[in-house]
Amino acid sequence: MNAANYLYVSALLFTIGAIGVVVRRNAIVVFMCVELMLNAANLAFVTFARINGNLDGQVMAFFTMVVAACEVVVGLAIIVTIYRSRRSASVDDASLLKR
Amino acid sequence: MINLAIEVGKTSTPEAVLFWFLAPLAVIAALGMLLSKKAVHSAILLAWIMITLAIFYIAQDAVFLGIVQIVVYTGAVMMLFLFILMLVGVDSADSLKETIPGLRPIAITAAIGFGGLMLSLLGRATLGHGMVGLADANAEGNVPALSQLLFSRYVWPFEVVSALLITAALGAMVLAHNHRLIARPTQRDLSIARFRGESLANAAGLPNPGVYALHNAVDVPALLPDGTASEASVSAMLKARGDVIDSKPFQLIELTDEEGEK
Repeated sequence: MNAANYLYVSALLFTIGAIGVVVRRNAIVVFMCVELMLNAANLAFVTFARINGNLDGQVMAFFTMVVAACEVVVGLAIIVTIYRSRRSASVDDASLLKR
Repeated sequence: MINLAIEVGKTSTPEAVLFWFLAPLAVIAALGMLLSKKAVHSAILLAWIMITLAIFYIAQDAVFLGIVQIVVYTGAVMMLFLFILMLVGVDSADSLKETIPGLRPIAITAAIGFGGLMLSLLGRATLGHGMVGLADANAEGNVPALSQLLFSRYVWPFEVVSALLITAALGAMVLAHNHRLIARPTQRDLSIARFRGESLANAAGLPNPGVYALHNAVDVPALLPDGTASEASVSAMLKARGDVIDSKPFQLIELTDEEGEK
């Protein structure tokens, strides 16, 4: 097996996450798909760090994890706020500006 | 242009076995996450994908990241997700009906195009060198090597990221905080409302569940003197969840004449 297979898995996971972000309507599931995309990018970072033989990629993956944690915290707080006022976690229901 | 990325370097056989065992599982779990109707199932499958990725990290000499992945993602982030799911309602199944017409075919076509592009790009890319491996970089151990990088070359991004974390925590607190529009009713207010209300029937408090019924449990309605079940005796929360036992079997039986004579 060659190490590039990890990159293919990463690309597949990223694509699946991207489909989920567009297609799913539950805001929490959309967030999970964003997390999947971030994780796929991390896998690519770690694989490239190994291929290139330096640790910069791992440091970048570490930073990505921190940013992902921030994103989850703020995003879930927004979901809870929207749910409190609209009683729904569907992204299509939050369309007040349209009407 | 000597080494195609597809022949970037061979890994050991055990790692290959691990990869071919876990990678299909990860992709299947990702598809399941995409297709499952219930958000909880998606969360569990995502936790599995994250554990798989943590194993991949450890297999690729990123020991620290592998552990952090388990602690931060499957530990903290997924628990946060499940917590919010519980708060918002587990039973609210996502309707898979598409609201924007034609969105799904377009999205899937675009995603297949993007994925094919990525895969063919990876298959044709060249790096100009084979796999170097992290044996030299990790010579003193993964964590010391990472920390040396983190506190020398990447110290400024590190500080910025810490500021980002604090800002995110503060932002979440601000967002999650809600102001009360009216003051919380005190015990005195509640008492006055009870006695000055429309009827005095409940002035002494609502009947307890299970009183005079066959079972003394919170989900069994109390029986009124005429033998009928009192709806007021069971918590509204239990009723909303549908956890109330049907009161019919617990009502007193109409006394027949024969039993009346006894």
